[in-house]
Amino acid sequence: MTSLAEAPESGRDDGSPLARNLRLFAGNRLASLSAAVVLAVVLMAVFSPLLAPHDPYETDLFRRLQPPAWMQGGEWAYLLGCDALGRDILSRIVYGARVSVFIGFTVIALATTVGILAGLAAGYLRGWVDVVISRLVDVLLGFPYLIFAIALMAMMGPGLQNIVLALAYKEWVIPCRVVRGETLAAREVEYVEAARALGAGRIRIMLSEILPNILSPVIVVATIRMANVIILEASLSFLGLGVQPPTASWGSMVADGRAFMLEAWWVSTFPGLAILVLVLAINVASQGLRDAFDPKFHD
Amino acid sequence: MSPGKVLERLAQLVLVLLGVSVIVFLMITLTPGDPVQIMLGDQHVTPEQEQALRRDMGLDLPLPERFATFIGNAFQGEFGLSFFHRRPVAEVIAERLPATIELTLVALILAVATAIPLGVLAAVRKSTIFDKLATVTSLLGVSMPGFWFGILLLLLFAVNLQMLPVSGRIDFAYQVEPITHLLLVDTLLRGRPDAFVNALSHIIMPALTLGLPMTAILMRVTRASMLEVLAQDYVRFAEAKGISRRRILFRHALKNALIPTVTVAALETGTLLGGNMIVETVFGWPGLGRLVVESIFVRNYPLVQTAVLFYALTYVLLNFVADLLYTVLNPRVKL
Repeated sequence: MTSLAEAPESGRDDGSPLARNLRLFAGNRLASLSAAVVLAVVLMAVFSPLLAPHDPYETDLFRRLQPPAWMQGGEWAYLLGCDALGRDILSRIVYGARVSVFIGFTVIALATTVGILAGLAAGYLRGWVDVVISRLVDVLLGFPYLIFAIALMAMMGPGLQNIVLALAYKEWVIPCRVVRGETLAAREVEYVEAARALGAGRIRIMLSEILPNILSPVIVVATIRMANVIILEASLSFLGLGVQPPTASWGSMVADGRAFMLEAWWVSTFPGLAILVLVLAINVASQGLRDAFDPKFHD
Repeated sequence: MSPGKVLERLAQLVLVLLGVSVIVFLMITLTPGDPVQIMLGDQHVTPEQEQALRRDMGLDLPLPERFATFIGNAFQGEFGLSFFHRRPVAEVIAERLPATIELTLVALILAVATAIPLGVLAAVRKSTIFDKLATVTSLLGVSMPGFWFGILLLLLFAVNLQMLPVSGRIDFAYQVEPITHLLLVDTLLRGRPDAFVNALSHIIMPALTLGLPMTAILMRVTRASMLEVLAQDYVRFAEAKGISRRRILFRHALKNALIPTVTVAALETGTLLGGNMIVETVFGWPGLGRLVVESIFVRNYPLVQTAVLFYALTYVLLNFVADLLYTVLNPRVKL
């Protein structure tokens, strides 16, 4: 059988749109800078044992609520100061990146995989498969996201694995909707009809013909959603339903500092700033990605 | 929109509501831990008494029957006892609900009142420094974790400047006899401007925090739709006829540009419900969101589940209203 990938109608014979889109993205200086910030945070998460100046779990009550280096009573070895247990805030922020990055990537990878498979099935197979998947999507969209996640965490208990599940249970509906819509349009296009005429099976058509052609919006949506997932994780940890102590997570660090707001503003402020920087960088980068991949694409 | 289409949408709505109820019911059923043991706590009872309690709670019935009972009770407003308060769950929730409704409404008003003028201005002054500033502000708004923004406001206005109170809904000295249970309304109805100002000073920071992401989103939507409308032929035609810029903006463009804004505002009101849990926790606001978070830690499951059901039903209904609103405002769209 002739390779369908080589058919001119497939629209992916030249391979250049991706390269062109990436060139467009690289041309957007703000978006590229933001992508570099995201990459820096990912590297910080991966190499945190090498980068953190101190052990993030080592307590030192003599350094309890020690201010940042530039304030009176601070020292340069503890740049951003210490928390109520005398732990180095900078080291905890460096280690805390692991939780945010891990949850962000894992939830999005899991949800996007499930969403793609469900969306392809619903959009291509139609019939009862579409009805079941679409109704399930409608029902899950009926829950405000944070409330759904909070309820699940309350039932399942805290922990890293449970956060991933609690967020992924609802997150997959977003890529699913996007993929379903794109598949509905793609199934009527010539290259899919040609593949059908040549006797290609349904799974092959969905995975080899349709999927590569609808990936752009899926990638854009995935990056936009990652920012949201990171904020949700931080919110769960802030409420005490996420990662449990002594593991450093930015959300729980902000929560820890609330009790000492009057005397030590730095305990809450710096971890919150870390969340803002990462989420802002992801949002700006994803906006650049969206503009580069499809100027008409709206979130 | 034909009545048939409305009926079809209503049927879909009922289906979604049923699905939402099934999921909430499954959350109850699949929760690890025996509800009877949780309810009994440290009390020592005989196995027979425990069995009787299990029968009373309907836990000995098969799953479909339990679901039918759950739905039947929900229709009658019976959601069981709050373990912690030893009172019906519906009663405890009803007590806390007005504070949450008031906070949500004020956040909504603040968001709409800020976002629409700023969004319109950003569109009218496209590519100017103002537009860029508005874009950066809206990006910051969607990227800011609500709990952290709330803490920053507290640090600035309550701790450093000491302009606003740290927590609560009103100072004890200003308590007023409730009429609507919405304090801002009640203080006015009772002719107590001093109490109104006090209640306003309590609500302003939580409402700003809750409304921030919505303000950012509405600003973006208003800007984008205003730009789209301003590029339409009828606007250019009006300009060619020599109609003043102000008249074109307010009489012609704004009316159409606001259609998506109104729809998104209705949708985002549902999202505010989720934000309430965080904001009420940060500001010690005595509403339903904080009650739910507190209930999670004392394993008061009937209350958590009822609140989740309530939030989800409200959210679904708000989405339905947003859908209807969109078709009513925009006759070109058919359901």
